[in-house]
Amino acid sequence: MNRWLTMAGAAGLSLACSPVFAAVNVFACLPEWASLATELGGDKVSVYQASNALQDPHRIEARPSLVARMRSADLAICTGAELEIGWLPVLLQTAGNQKVQPGKPGFIAAAELVDRLEIPTRLDRAEGDIHPAGNPHIQLDPHNVAKVAAVVTQRLQQLDPANAAYYDTRGKDFQGRWQQAIGRWEKEAAPLKGLRIVPYHKNTVYLSHWLGMSEVMYIEPKPGIPPSAGHLSELVVRLQAEPADAVIRTAYQDPKAAAWLSEKTKIPVVELPYTVGGTPAARDLFGLFDDTIARLNKVKK
Amino acid sequence: MFRKNILAAAVATVFVVPASAFAADDAEIKKIREEIETIKDGYETRIRQLEQRLERAEQGAGAARPAALAQSAPASANAFNPAISLILGGQFNNLQRDPQTYQIGGFIPGSDEVGPGRRSFNLGESELDVSANIDPYFSGFFVLAITPQNEASVEEGYVQNTGYIPGVTVKFGRFFSGFGYVNEVHAHAWDFVDLPLVHQAFFGGQLQEEGMQARWLAPTPVFLEFGLETGRGANFPGSERSKNGVNSGMIFAHVGDDVGISNSYRFGASYRVTHAQDRPYDDLDSLGNPVTNTFTGDSKMWGVDFVWKWAPNGNTVDRNFKFQAEYLRRKEDGDLVFDTAGANLSDGYRSSQSGWYMQGTYQFMARWRMGLRYEELDGGDTDIGLVNSGAVTAANFPRLAQNDPKRTTAMIDFSPSEFSRFRLQFARDEARFNEADNQVFLQYIMSLGTHGAHKF
Repeated sequence: MNRWLTMAGAAGLSLACSPVFAAVNVFACLPEWASLATELGGDKVSVYQASNALQDPHRIEARPSLVARMRSADLAICTGAELEIGWLPVLLQTAGNQKVQPGKPGFIAAAELVDRLEIPTRLDRAEGDIHPAGNPHIQLDPHNVAKVAAVVTQRLQQLDPANAAYYDTRGKDFQGRWQQAIGRWEKEAAPLKGLRIVPYHKNTVYLSHWLGMSEVMYIEPKPGIPPSAGHLSELVVRLQAEPADAVIRTAYQDPKAAAWLSEKTKIPVVELPYTVGGTPAARDLFGLFDDTIARLNKVKK
Repeated sequence: MFRKNILAAAVATVFVVPASAFAADDAEIKKIREEIETIKDGYETRIRQLEQRLERAEQGAGAARPAALAQSAPASANAFNPAISLILGGQFNNLQRDPQTYQIGGFIPGSDEVGPGRRSFNLGESELDVSANIDPYFSGFFVLAITPQNEASVEEGYVQNTGYIPGVTVKFGRFFSGFGYVNEVHAHAWDFVDLPLVHQAFFGGQLQEEGMQARWLAPTPVFLEFGLETGRGANFPGSERSKNGVNSGMIFAHVGDDVGISNSYRFGASYRVTHAQDRPYDDLDSLGNPVTNTFTGDSKMWGVDFVWKWAPNGNTVDRNFKFQAEYLRRKEDGDLVFDTAGANLSDGYRSSQSGWYMQGTYQFMARWRMGLRYEELDGGDTDIGLVNSGAVTAANFPRLAQNDPKRTTAMIDFSPSEFSRFRLQFARDEARFNEADNQVFLQYIMSLGTHGAHKF
């Protein structure tokens, strides 16, 4: 009898402690939004991170585990602008959760909250896998993160009014630290202005735009199309004519093409975290920018 | 550039002029220095801002426009255009045996679509997909397939609500049945040119249902889903009946999860019951004359399915592996009529048959995949009353003779982009009685329009 009681008690306790019972269940499509939700929600939210920094955000499998987590989410934070078009629609259509459908307070498409770059004037798949709403890799400009953060705080307050004051305090605290950090990063990154870089994919556009770097060419011939040997040799010729300072590879991309190009042209490869978790130092959003700038500054020396 | 120079000059002036104030004392110098720093910082910030604005203006003139402009585009009626995509497919077939003679020996044939298709160049099914939210409650999906014979058919056309009742997704209309795994997958997303033999034998292709389906997803961190499906049951192994109510019922359950970062799986089980009324099939009697026989009775089917996917760190772009297997068993119990147009003899019929396949596809480098599939059918026990009683000899049911078909398939495919794919497939098909057919397929699959999202 006693044993049963103990077991029942333990079961009850573990249920009560399980994250399902946190005030707000957050489904974060990408690591940067998981990190942001944790910063802003503290222990009042339970955050599920659907993908990691080693995964190409365009190409996540709509795995059963993701559907299950979407089912219980109160707030889904994704990038939108079609970045997750290959998998997010399946989750939304099969999870049976009205709270997180686009247009509801429980769904945030971060890219809709910022000024997007590279909105194509010509929509044609011959241009590769382009996104009609513009380049969706918005998180590498910290000003964008601040804008998204403001909306996340507001939605948390809306979804969990009992803790509104808590979210307000946390939000203000984060924004304060973030603006301070932006000032620091802009100072640290001042030497990077005019840096000529060769990224693998157009996923550092917002970073370059923010820091005044110029993306002179890309390893991919078109967005989403892996480089052929012919295209790579063409890049070597072009880079010999007009050299660049760094070849950029982000954590989830195949290292081979960047390494080959670097070997042929003697231009160093800089591996950037791209998002939270992409490098050991990019543990959170602050670490992401600290490490990104530190790694880029190394080539400037 | 000109503006940059002016700004630089301005900064230089500000910087140089106060520096010549040599008469000041230390405190004043310090104060002045601080002021200079402040001014310098201010100018640097403004220069940076101006440069950014300039850059933005340059981009605006070039390939990209600022978001604000694009967002203010006037709303028009066609802004509500649904998502549309068109799949173009085709293949070149080289078949050792005449496809006219194709049959899955030992199994009552389900439809004319069974088999490897025709020889030489073939236009595949062109598929038009249209989908959109209808209102805040429903979304609609429509798939029109146009066959190479210029016949259009509604492959799927259904309306769906998800989450009106938490966790419940309801759809109604015409759709591919949720039985097993591959049945719900559209042809353009298959890993091989054709469906497994077991689906061809038991469903006559892909099982379509006209009816409704409800799924309930449990609110657990592990994926746990239960489903019900019911409908007209007009397609093989059921048949068209002029009857009120429904003619098919199905239950299914799925469980799935991740194992670490790199692996995930889904396991499923399904059970379906339907009824056939005068379901005809063509055969030859013992003298070689064509006859039509019919079956009336219950057709019960159960199956289990399993999918396992692996990708290093869950990143599928460069390398990934997928294992997929299904086992199906069908029991039919009723009456078989021999030669409806002639002898018209009727007696009991019972069969218990099964089949399975397993396949693995491995993407060994970006864009390239290879796959292997092996499958077997078990003709099982077929109990024909007319033969047992001696009314008709077994030779009058040649298609129902004992047979255990097998097939081995290998493929390699190349996808230049996410929207195009070429595939080369070899198969050794031993579905006919005592005859192997070596088949070679060269296939292309292209999709235009909206980027589709694929299920697990």
